[in-house]
Amino acid sequence: MNQATAIELRSLGHEAPVAEAAGHAVSKEIVVGYGFWIFLLSDIVMFAALFAAYAVLAHSTAGGFSGRDLFSQKSVAIETACLLFSSYTCGLMSLGVEARRQGAFYFGALVTFVLGAAFLGLELREFSDMIARGATPQSSAFLSSFFALVGCHGVHVAVGLVWLAVMVVQVAVKDFRASVVRRLQCFSLFWHALDIIWVALFSVVYLMGVAP
Amino acid sequence: MSAIHAETAPVLVQDGPSHWLVYTTGLVLALVLTGTSFWVANSSILWAPGIAIGLAVLAIAQMGIHLVFFLHMTSSPDNTNHALALAFGVLVVFMVVAGSLWIMRDLNEGMKMPAGQSMGSSMEMPMNMPMQH
Repeated sequence: MNQATAIELRSLGHEAPVAEAAGHAVSKEIVVGYGFWIFLLSDIVMFAALFAAYAVLAHSTAGGFSGRDLFSQKSVAIETACLLFSSYTCGLMSLGVEARRQGAFYFGALVTFVLGAAFLGLELREFSDMIARGATPQSSAFLSSFFALVGCHGVHVAVGLVWLAVMVVQVAVKDFRASVVRRLQCFSLFWHALDIIWVALFSVVYLMGVAP
Repeated sequence: MSAIHAETAPVLVQDGPSHWLVYTTGLVLALVLTGTSFWVANSSILWAPGIAIGLAVLAIAQMGIHLVFFLHMTSSPDNTNHALALAFGVLVVFMVVAGSLWIMRDLNEGMKMPAGQSMGSSMEMPMNMPMQH
């Protein structure tokens, strides 16, 4: 017990005295979840800066391609569906984790990964099509901010896919021990937050970009 | 041992079906709002200047749906800290986006060229006048 308490107090950092005084009133699960929530909000603030840059520069096309020439609504709709359904299966996956059912977890993780990878594949194909047509990030302020914003979201999705693969391995090796479950909770927060950012992204970039 | 035991104990197992229902409700609502967004952007029967506002409202509604049904934001006392942090985040996001748009629009207005003049800004009118003759 002493060792476990020491580990918990050390990782709680400066909040340790509070936890000690309250007799472990604050569980590690709550502290980790809250800390990750703060990280997600700071990530969203960073995206807000990219959104602001895009909104300011959206019409600075330097006489080149505009959003209307480049965006394919069909491919955006498929990407949106992929990410939305992967958010849903990620939720089902976390239900499997809560019930400690490995089969449900593996199935949820597999579907989430496939849908996320499909999203990323479609986005990369869209980017390479645009670059092949000459709409490179260097060609106008609009395209620079577009690639920065959408590319940053894509990088987040790629990191999320790597994280998910690592979590599958961890569950296979370590089973649902407390630390693994906490990481899975953080992952599902991260994945849902990415979907929220995508909602803002497809509305502002793609739909407002092609709307009359 | 109590802390360890609390961590490893399965949580909310008995709420399985209702949690499943929460995610499914969220998915259906999100699909409806996404579909409406795509329809609004493509239909020609709506008043064109209002489309951007309509899309913004739909996007904010869908983010709310995601927060409540996927991220389980509630107004319960356990969630006060999360809600306060979120409120602060929303405030910062609003200031960054709206502030940038406002300032840059103002600057663009100030830099606007008067009609019929191809070079120079309106502030340099006296210097440009001789060039036109």
